[in-house]
Amino acid sequence: MKECPVCAAQITFSNDTVVGELLECPDCGTELEVTALDPPALAEAPETEEDWGE
Amino acid sequence: MRIGFLHSLIRKEEKLLIGEFKARGVELVMIDDRKLAFDLFSGPDVDLVFERCINHSRAMHGLRLVESTGVRCINTSDVSRTCGDKILTSLALKEANVPQPPVRIAFTEASALEAIEQLGYPVVLKPVVGSWGRLLSKINDRETAESILEHKAILGSYHHSIFYIQQYVEKKGRDIRSFVIGDECVAAIYRTSPHWITNTARGAVATGCPVSDEISSISLAAARAVGGGVLAVDLFETDSGLLVNEVNYTMEFRNSIETTGVNIPARVVDYVLEKA
Repeated sequence: MKECPVCAAQITFSNDTVVGELLECPDCGTELEVTALDPPALAEAPETEEDWGE
Repeated sequence: MRIGFLHSLIRKEEKLLIGEFKARGVELVMIDDRKLAFDLFSGPDVDLVFERCINHSRAMHGLRLVESTGVRCINTSDVSRTCGDKILTSLALKEANVPQPPVRIAFTEASALEAIEQLGYPVVLKPVVGSWGRLLSKINDRETAESILEHKAILGSYHHSIFYIQQYVEKKGRDIRSFVIGDECVAAIYRTSPHWITNTARGAVATGCPVSDEISSISLAAARAVGGGVLAVDLFETDSGLLVNEVNYTMEFRNSIETTGVNIPARVVDYVLEKA
């Protein structure tokens, strides 16, 4: 369990959550990145860059 | 077996792929491209690197740097360079006689305008390096062409002044995305949208598309033309047959597993392990 850094909603990690994974805050909808598992940490996901994606 | 998983953000696709590797008992070495600093000599201690970066530039250069240390990669840096650049893709398709819409490439506003007039309206102006259907312009007349070319030349960074111009193909609301893994076209979807841009990243709806002989044949030809591997091919349906619009080397497939009934990540992982 970790707080959303934007709205402080409680966000639960699942057993297979990995570092770098993108999650969406269920309350505010902010896209978040898992930056650590032990202890759990979240940060706002980076903004889309020009050469992102396929 | 140790597989290096080159990545940055872990999207749904990467999560599914990681799950498939783990289900097979493979030792995954996670390589976050944001934490790398290459010295030109040291490579990862793995049997093969599988690339799933979100940035094209990091993927292309990262793969080349890894390959230089003797570690094989899927897809290769050559494939990433070709697929990530629309001019190189068009050249590869042309050299392999794979049909594509007529294109023109020009380096100045004046020559681009002349090329557009030669092709005839409408045309689609695309960034040479771009993704998710961003910064595409459908140009319907000369006045719009002049305006967009001027904006790109003045406001864009230098690479937006390389003008890739494609004849507009009336696709009647949909295109086809096929998935090639090695020597097989494993699945395909229709991407349907009321908008002329039919990327699912832009809201197009994915539905299953039977893999006909024609789809399989042109998809495999396109994949071979760019160097082969794990690739997604975008196709236009026209009265004279299918045309290849582009080939993607870090393919996204989250909307295509249930719609096709094909476990695409499982097929990808099978292929990677076969090659490792």
